[in-house]
Amino acid sequence: MFDAFVQIVRKDLLGAFRQQSDILNPIWFFVIVVTLFPLGIGTDPALLARIAPGIIWVAALLAALLSFERLFKDDYIDGSLEQMMLAPHSLTWLVCAKVFTHWLLTGLPILFVSPLLAVFLSLEENTFWALFLTLLIGTPILSLLGAIGVALTIGLRKGGVLLSLIMLPLSIPILIFSTMAIDAASFGQPYLGLLALLGAMLVGAITLAPFAIAASLRVSVS
Amino acid sequence: MWKWLHPYAKAEKSYALSGKLMPWFLVIAIPTFFVGIIWGLAFAPADYQQGDSFRIIYIHVPAAMMAMGAYSTMAVAAFIGLVWQIRLAEMTVAATAPIGAVYTFIALFTGAAWGKPMWGAWWVWDARLTSELILLFVYLGIIALYNAFSDKILAGRAASILTLVGVINLPIIHFSVVWWNTLHQGATITKFDQPSMATEMLIPLLIMIVSFASFLGLMILYRFRNEILQRESHRPWVIALVKQSLKTNKRG
Repeated sequence: MFDAFVQIVRKDLLGAFRQQSDILNPIWFFVIVVTLFPLGIGTDPALLARIAPGIIWVAALLAALLSFERLFKDDYIDGSLEQMMLAPHSLTWLVCAKVFTHWLLTGLPILFVSPLLAVFLSLEENTFWALFLTLLIGTPILSLLGAIGVALTIGLRKGGVLLSLIMLPLSIPILIFSTMAIDAASFGQPYLGLLALLGAMLVGAITLAPFAIAASLRVSVS
Repeated sequence: MWKWLHPYAKAEKSYALSGKLMPWFLVIAIPTFFVGIIWGLAFAPADYQQGDSFRIIYIHVPAAMMAMGAYSTMAVAAFIGLVWQIRLAEMTVAATAPIGAVYTFIALFTGAAWGKPMWGAWWVWDARLTSELILLFVYLGIIALYNAFSDKILAGRAASILTLVGVINLPIIHFSVVWWNTLHQGATITKFDQPSMATEMLIPLLIMIVSFASFLGLMILYRFRNEILQRESHRPWVIALVKQSLKTNKRG
């Protein structure tokens, strides 16, 4: 069972590294969107530090939306998704591997570039760590929620806009709690409670979302 | 024990039953609406703090309750449809979503109209308002997803899954006034042991809630019947029904 998990992760990572633009483009998009804000709003460091959490999180959401296209699309087109459904392992488990790989390829790089953005938006160290932790806990939830949306819309010809209509409302609570935690950190208040709430959402999403994803795939590929 | 339910998994039976139930909902919805609205707007005493503008509660609260009630209906139907593979339950999900969206919109609109004199702003980013807005977005997402599929059986199933995913929003809306310190006032009537409302104000509100609820039931049944007719339009019983109604129309 773990073998199948590792196999899928390995195959997806290999595929991604052979086509590196697929990994890099959402990250570039993320960085470019964040740089647009200081140019559009003004470069006052106090103002930037104030709105930084919102900017970074909205940009992360949009970047995640862009990258979801890749999550099941290729497998759907070349038929390996059907093979996965026919495989002797439970689809729910295999889907976990897909989502995990997706997070490795999109969520993790966002964490790596976040120090750069903290410098751009003149965040203090304490605030930056809050941002980092919310991204660490929040991006896997985004991947899980997005996977449900992708699985529901994969068979449709114009799934892209629909995916954002489905996924963005569901991700609003994550956005709210993350930015609340970062705000609390920037005022020097404790923010562990909010992080714990995000963590609870993550645990809930990990337990329930794979079932929803598998059920949606069965609807879409039939 | 549940045997009497089985025939209603058949579209024809359900169509007939819902047709029989509809007049009852209508009979309850219309008188209660007029009694409740006239009592509430003209005869209930004015609030000692908010004056006459509190009277919008008679639209706002029932609409908001039914916005969530419609969603709960959809969630239960979606669960039944997915677990027991009953296609009619999935039709109920599709039939209820637009009505729920309209109720949500009414709740938001009347809330804004109430917020302007009370809080001095049409809109504030308060927890209850935001979560209600998310509910509207979720409704719209479900409707959009349902319409995107050309195969309506798949569409119903996909919409049901999305409905169940969106259930997470319901407790957030309900408890948002408890969990956060918000501008929006707390619950007035759901705590029955000691309602924080005078009885003369409460009774018309309860009447309005009954009226809105039966109107919701009426609209769900109406759209449910349409959904059945559209999906089963090639079946002999639907064709026979259409022919018969054409005949009576000609005579009339």
